[in-house]
Amino acid sequence: MKNLTVSASPHVRASDTVTGIMLDVIIALIPSLIASVVIFGFRTLLITFVCVACCVLFELLSRKIMKRDVTIGDLSAVVTGMLLAFNLPVSIPLWMCVIGCFFAIVVIKQFFGGIGQNFVNPAIGGRIVMLVSFSSAMTNWTEPLVWRSGVDAETTATPLSILKNANGVYDGLPSLRDMFLGIRGGCIGEVCAAALIIGGIYLILRRVIKPTIPLCFIGTVAVIMLMAGKGDFKFMCYELLSGGLLLGAVFMATDYATSPITTKGKIIFAVGCGVITSVIRLFANLPEGVSYSIIIMNILVPHIEALTRPKPFGTVKEKKNKEEAAS
Amino acid sequence: MAEKKSLGKEFTKGLIKENPVLRLVLGTCPTLAVTTSVTNAIGMGVAATIVLVCSNIAISALRKIIPDKVRIPAYIVIIASFVTIVQMLVKAFVPALNTALGAFLPLIVVNCIILGRAEAFASKNTVLYSAVDGLGMGIGFTTALCLMGTCREILGAGTFLNGIQDLLVLFGDNVLGGWNGFDFNNGLSAVNLQPITLFILPAGGFFVFGILMALANKIAAGRGKPKAELHGCAHCPMAGSCTKLLENGEKNGKCGNGDKDGKNGENDKIGERNTEKEGAAV
Repeated sequence: MKNLTVSASPHVRASDTVTGIMLDVIIALIPSLIASVVIFGFRTLLITFVCVACCVLFELLSRKIMKRDVTIGDLSAVVTGMLLAFNLPVSIPLWMCVIGCFFAIVVIKQFFGGIGQNFVNPAIGGRIVMLVSFSSAMTNWTEPLVWRSGVDAETTATPLSILKNANGVYDGLPSLRDMFLGIRGGCIGEVCAAALIIGGIYLILRRVIKPTIPLCFIGTVAVIMLMAGKGDFKFMCYELLSGGLLLGAVFMATDYATSPITTKGKIIFAVGCGVITSVIRLFANLPEGVSYSIIIMNILVPHIEALTRPKPFGTVKEKKNKEEAAS
Repeated sequence: MAEKKSLGKEFTKGLIKENPVLRLVLGTCPTLAVTTSVTNAIGMGVAATIVLVCSNIAISALRKIIPDKVRIPAYIVIIASFVTIVQMLVKAFVPALNTALGAFLPLIVVNCIILGRAEAFASKNTVLYSAVDGLGMGIGFTTALCLMGTCREILGAGTFLNGIQDLLVLFGDNVLGGWNGFDFNNGLSAVNLQPITLFILPAGGFFVFGILMALANKIAAGRGKPKAELHGCAHCPMAGSCTKLLENGEKNGKCGNGDKDGKNGENDKIGERNTEKEGAAV
């Protein structure tokens, strides 16, 4: 009887820890990091390093100043730093990265109580602050693979902005194979679809994320784009492979703190993300809408949770009772 | 209020402890709208202060004549008269400020701070105290606007006191010898930096507002009056149904809307939410 411990629930414990989950996310991001170095050169490593270092430092300082437990050991700041870096063009000045990290960690995460309390995804929040503040530097896209030849990097347009003015003509767009491998202009971590898919499959296999949100998000965009392109399959493929859709759907929309808990909620959330992304891409002045769609749906998550609250086992719907009483 | 009054106290309470913008969360609309530059903030603050002092004096002087049932329309008429006067003066003497503030100048009429002070203070106190209260609150308002304006203008536009000459045109065409505020943009671009545009956009305004509010709460923590006394039990929206008010009387300040030490978090939140509602109505 000595081994009997009487304690409050939960009695079934899993070995999952925040650190372990974050480590899995970091591992899943490594293929994209390698791909980005191949495509854009070693400056991507520098940007990633600066973002990670700043995020960890800001997390440490803000926790110390606010006299709370230091939580840098859970690696969540590292993940935020990597994701933010993946959302930046390779030519971004480093001081802008520092400001982006400050907003992501201090304003969006720590002011609201730290890990698990942030109302939007910190990396996306940081990216949007930078996008609004430094719009020209944030949309200065570098030609892929040019760094190897040693010539100064030329600027290029992203496939999305070409698509926007294309009208069914695909001149100037990279081939779909290049799009899949990431030989195109864009943010550091978003270009290589193959690497992102490998990372996503790893996360799903490790059960860090459920496939619901990525599949619904990408599926919604696919359906809407297929309709918008009047059945043009090629147009849909370009839309799916360009911009930050895969990065956003796999790594950002699935953030635990800012996505719904129930499967029903997850579907509503992901479909909402897909619809907003498509609407922004098709009708707005901006070429890309993934980050805005995720941030808008992040803010709606509490309401989605309230609407999809599961019925406790054994209870009867109130409405039914009323109807019975009326009859 | 049982506590002994002094002129100095009535004046200084508006600066931090009961700062209308940062502590009472009143008048947030002009606060967020005009603080994109310090010059606009000063202009708005001074205009509102003049209206506030004048309306406080007039309402305090007329407090025994105005029937209780129609007091709000009466206050609005008095406030609107002063706002019209100020607006005409600004149009005539500082036209640049009139253009910069646009609709927010006539909107001082519905500024919650002014109606709030009329209701909470001027209608119960003598002319002298009301004038001092109005001045203190006005200066507190101006200070808060200037703080926000400073943060937003320096970070967002890379300038400070830009266009100050337009404001000082009142004292002559060239009082500052052609100086028209600092401009850091050349220095910034020399070292490849640029201002953070977000701060002059509304989103940045909310960021700065929230952070300043947190700081003001931190500074005033423990020094400020409990929320119940701050707003006065009689003006609490729950006054009609509040049983504690009937049991304890107003002097204890222990009604359901906030308590003495602010330790009761739940009630405190209700108080804050009510204040926000008032602010949002501006």
